[in-house]
Amino acid sequence: MAKRFITLLLIALLAYMFLPFIVEVDETSQLNRVAEKYVTAGPLELGAANLVTAVIVTYRGLDTLGEIVVLFIAAVGIGFLLRKPSKKKIAAPKRSSSEILRTGSDFLIPLLILFGVYIFTHGHLTPGGGFQGGVVLTSAALLFMLSNTEARFNKQLTEVIESVSGIFYLIIGILGLILAGGFLDSRFLQLGEMGRLFSAGAIPIIYSIIGIKVGMELIGILEKLRKEEI
Amino acid sequence: MSLIIIIFLGIIMIAAAVLALYLKNLVAAIISAGVISLLASVLYLFLAAPDVAMTEAAIGSGLTTIVFLLAFNKIRSDRED
Amino acid sequence: MTVISILGFILIIIGLWGMLTQKNIIKMIIGFSIIDTGLHLVIVSIGFIKGRTAPIISKAVEGLDTGKNFIDPVPSALVLTAIVIGLAITALMLVYAVKLFRFKRSLQIEDFEELKW
Repeated sequence: MAKRFITLLLIALLAYMFLPFIVEVDETSQLNRVAEKYVTAGPLELGAANLVTAVIVTYRGLDTLGEIVVLFIAAVGIGFLLRKPSKKKIAAPKRSSSEILRTGSDFLIPLLILFGVYIFTHGHLTPGGGFQGGVVLTSAALLFMLSNTEARFNKQLTEVIESVSGIFYLIIGILGLILAGGFLDSRFLQLGEMGRLFSAGAIPIIYSIIGIKVGMELIGILEKLRKEEI
Repeated sequence: MSLIIIIFLGIIMIAAAVLALYLKNLVAAIISAGVISLLASVLYLFLAAPDVAMTEAAIGSGLTTIVFLLAFNKIRSDRED
Repeated sequence: MTVISILGFILIIIGLWGMLTQKNIIKMIIGFSIIDTGLHLVIVSIGFIKGRTAPIISKAVEGLDTGKNFIDPVPSALVLTAIVIGLAITALMLVYAVKLFRFKRSLQIEDFEELKW
């Protein structure tokens, strides 16, 4: 009874904390100064049509680097926790996938990979980018895992691709420090004409690297969770 | 018009959240939690954030549900022996 | 929009209620993911400004003043990365749940008495 009372008290306190947010804050009608600068100067300085991408990759590039490190640490933690096999040695007999799933996935997997690559290479022009494209690549890998229950992804290969793309991300950041204004500054390449695929400096390259890295990390997490014999 | 759609989606989301916490069947609860994310991705379109909508639809409702189901499958196969 | 931020707060409260009252560890993690979704809705709704559009330059906004027609891109950028991190953290929590199940053969929180006081 006392527990239930304390829980209710906590919930009521939290709701009371939220009250000023709803009652007092009136909807803003103009941007604050930082956002104003990003929105007006972003297209001219960086040449990116999608300003969310400009904020993620260049203006707040260091944040994104930190988030990718957090993702990497979480993947490492999952691998660390699942490293020791339990007592059970023999894998449970697995049901093989059905004919419809196998045929359908053979048709869909190349299209999904193509779509993922499209999303992360066009991140500076259309909605989308490295994170979304990486997840679409992961969903292609997931379809492959579902249709071929026996097949395994090469663990070394995914880890090597992920590490190499992480190193390239840092190298591009340092190139920006040397050749342009600061760490992860994307302007050391030509800005080009807005709306073209090869424009906006190094933003498409950085976002493609992020996409490959995120995709490989998530494939690694799924593969570790899927293994039956561990 | 959009206000009616938002309120309708919000009622479904709150119902799905309560169901996700109180359903006895864990698989049904996990799917119900995925429905919340899927409807949230529609709301992001009303908030003029298509990038976030794409991410939420792919990750929140797709991969998170799959990760929950894979972990639940691991627990169930442990329980059987 | 205020309606969506109220909805986000309701989801946060439901998720916290679930985390505090549920006994099953998987249900607690579901409560955490509900809090996550609600929090993301609140943050994105802070950046929204009525009558403005998504910050993407296209034919539709050509020649207009971008500072007067676009919403705030910073909350969208923050939430976009936060969703990916949320997936990784949820996966880590679920792996801990699997480990705890192997340790005690149970998912009920009452069976873990080692840290009880």
